[in-house]
Amino acid sequence: MKIRLSGRVFLSWFIIAGLAGIFAGPAAAADTIKLGVAGSHSGDLASYGLPTKRAAELVAKEFNAKGGVLGKKVEILSEDDVCKPELATNTATKLVSRGAHVVLGHICSGATKTALGIYKDAGIVTMSSSATNPELTQSGKYPNFFRTIASDDAQAKLDADFAMDVLKVKKIAILHDKGDYGKGLAEFARGFIEASKKAQVVVFEGITPGAVDYSAVVNKIKQSGAEAVIYGGYHPEASSIVIQMRKKKMGTLFISDDGVKDDTFIKVAGKAAEGVYASGPRDTTKNPLAIAAIAANKSTYNTDPGAFFLNGYAAAQALLNAIQKAKSTKYEDVAKALRTYPVDTPLGKIKFDKRGDAIGVGFSMYQVRNGVYVEVPAATPAPVKKKK
Amino acid sequence: MDYFFELFLGGLTRGSIYALIALGYTMVYGIIELINFAHGEIYMIGAFTALIVSSVLAFAGMSGPSVLFLAASVAIIYSAAYGFTVEKIAYKPLRQAPRLSPLISAIGMSIFLQNYVMLAQTSDFLPFPSLLPELPFLESYGLKIGSSEFIILVTTAVSMVLLMLLIKFTKMGKAMRATAQDRNMAMLVGVDVNRTISYTFIIGSILAAIGGVLIASHIGRINFYIGFIAGIKAFTAAVLGGIGSIPGAVLGAFILGWTESFATGYVSSDYEDVFAFVLLVLILIIRPSGLLGRSTVQKV
Repeated sequence: MKIRLSGRVFLSWFIIAGLAGIFAGPAAAADTIKLGVAGSHSGDLASYGLPTKRAAELVAKEFNAKGGVLGKKVEILSEDDVCKPELATNTATKLVSRGAHVVLGHICSGATKTALGIYKDAGIVTMSSSATNPELTQSGKYPNFFRTIASDDAQAKLDADFAMDVLKVKKIAILHDKGDYGKGLAEFARGFIEASKKAQVVVFEGITPGAVDYSAVVNKIKQSGAEAVIYGGYHPEASSIVIQMRKKKMGTLFISDDGVKDDTFIKVAGKAAEGVYASGPRDTTKNPLAIAAIAANKSTYNTDPGAFFLNGYAAAQALLNAIQKAKSTKYEDVAKALRTYPVDTPLGKIKFDKRGDAIGVGFSMYQVRNGVYVEVPAATPAPVKKKK
Repeated sequence: MDYFFELFLGGLTRGSIYALIALGYTMVYGIIELINFAHGEIYMIGAFTALIVSSVLAFAGMSGPSVLFLAASVAIIYSAAYGFTVEKIAYKPLRQAPRLSPLISAIGMSIFLQNYVMLAQTSDFLPFPSLLPELPFLESYGLKIGSSEFIILVTTAVSMVLLMLLIKFTKMGKAMRATAQDRNMAMLVGVDVNRTISYTFIIGSILAAIGGVLIASHIGRINFYIGFIAGIKAFTAAVLGGIGSIPGAVLGAFILGWTESFATGYVSSDYEDVFAFVLLVLILIIRPSGLLGRSTVQKV
C-alpha cells in the first residue's frame, strides 16, 4: 500500500513537472507580460474569487487592445487555491514556476498569508483585491504585498481620527458587542487613541447583545464624562444605546462602523439617530470608470459584478500600469512604481503607501442628517451643532 | 452617591421587567410544576401586538395616551389568548405524562412561536414607538429618573399589588392556592382544576404582555427574538427567588436587576452576566430551593 502510494505521488509529480514544462515552454517563447491570478475559483468561496478573475481578464483585454504593456501582450495565468492556506503554497509555486511577472491575489487573508512567502522569495509583486487582515501589510514581513482594499483596522483608525481630529473630543468611551468584528474594531480604535495621546479612553466595555436595557452602561458613560462614544458592532444594540442616551438628554456624540451604517438603524432609532456618525465603505459606483467596468463585465460575462470586482479591476490596472511606468518587470522597479505613480481606477485615483495599502481606498465618514446618511469630509470639520 | 442612585434606579427598572415576566414562570411552576419555556414568547407577542395596533392607530390619526391604552389592552387580550391556547394545545394533553414531556413540548412551543412571528412578520428589527407619555413633573427631579422608567416602576408595583390581592382575597385565588398545594385534593373538594390552570396561564400572560409593551417602548425596538433573552433572565430570577413562590420571583427579579446594574456600573458590562449567574450559583448552593422557596418534601 505504502509503496503504491508513493509511486502514485512520484507519478503525479512527474506529470505536474511535465505539464509545467509544456506551459512554460511556449509562453517563454511568445514573450508576454504574465499576470498571475490566484484565488478561489471553485468551491464554496468561489463567489469571492471569480469576480477578480473576470476583472483581470477584462483589464488584460483592455490593455491588449491598446497595444499591450511595454509592447507585449498581457497573458493571464490563472490558478485556483479554493481559499485554502494548505493549497495556496502549491498555487503560488505553480505561478512562480510558470513565470508570472506579477500576481493578482490571493483572495482570502489566510491563503494570501501562506502564499506571500513564496512570492517574496521569488521577487514577485503581489496585490490582493480582498485580503483585509491588518497584519499582511503592517507586520512589515511582506514588502512585496499590496492591496486595493482597506484593512480591517483602517475603519477603526478613521473612527478614532475623526473623533480626535475633526470632532476634537478629549474623552472617549469605547463600547463593543463582544463579537469578532465589533470587538476587533473597538480594540484597534483604543490602540490608535492611546498611541496618539490626543484623547483619553475613559470607558472600554463589551455589552450583551439583546439585553432588555442598557441604562447601566449609559449611566456609566454619563458618569465618565465621555464626550463621544465609539461603538463597534451592529445596528440593533447601537440604536438602543443611542435612544437611551438621548432619553437621558445626553448630547454625547456617537460614532460607529459600517455595521451601523445601515438604513435600518435610522428607521429604528428614529429621531435619536440624528447626528450619529458611522463609517462605511466609500461609495465609488458613481465613478465613470466603475460604471464602464461594470458595463464591460455585463456585456462580456453577462453577470453582476460580484464581490470585490472593482477592487480586482483596480488591482489589475495598478499592476499593469506600474509595469508600464517602470518600463520593467523587475520586482524593485514595479514596487517603486506602485508607490510613486497614481493610477486612475474604478476606486478613484490610487497609489500605495510604503506598507502596501492603497491610499485613497477605504472608508468614508457618514452622518445622519434629516433621516439619511450623508458623507461628511473627514479632513475638514463638519458643521456640527455643539451640544452641551 | 448620585451615580449609585442612578444605577439603583436602573437596576430597579430592569428588575421590574424581569419581575413581570418571572411571575408567569413561577405561577405556572407553582401550579403544575412545569417550566413554561414559551413564556418569553408570550411577552414578545404582546410587544408585537402593541406595535401593530399602535401603528394602525397612528395611521388612523390617533395619538397620546389613548393609543397606549388601546394598544396595551389589545396586547393583553391577544397574549392572554395565546397563553390560554398554548396551555390547551401543548401542555394539557401531557398532564399525566412524565414531567420531561411537557418540558420538551414547552421548548417546542417556544421555537414554534418565534419562527411563526418571524415568518408572519419579519426577521428585521422594527422601531417601536415610544408610547409612554412624557411626564413633565419629573423634569424637576433632574434627569435622575426618566418618565418611561417611572411608568415602568409604577405599573409593575400596581400589577403586583393587584396580583397579591387577587391571590389572597378572591375565589379564583383561593382555587389557585389550593391547586398549587395539592391538585388531586383540590379536585376532590370541588375545585375546577382545568379552569384554575387556564386562569393561571391567562394571568401570567397578561403580566408578560404588560412587560412586553413597557420594555419595548423603553428600548424602542423589537424583533421576534426578544423573548428569548428576557425569558432566560426572568426564569433565572424566578429560580433565584425560589420557583413557585410569588414574592420570591419578585425578590429574585430585583436582586438580579441590581446585580446586573451594579456589576456594569462599578466593574464592567463585560461581566454583567458573569456576576448574575455567579450569584445564582451561590444562592442555589446555600439555599437549593431559592431565597423564598419552600424545601419540598417528596410526596409519597
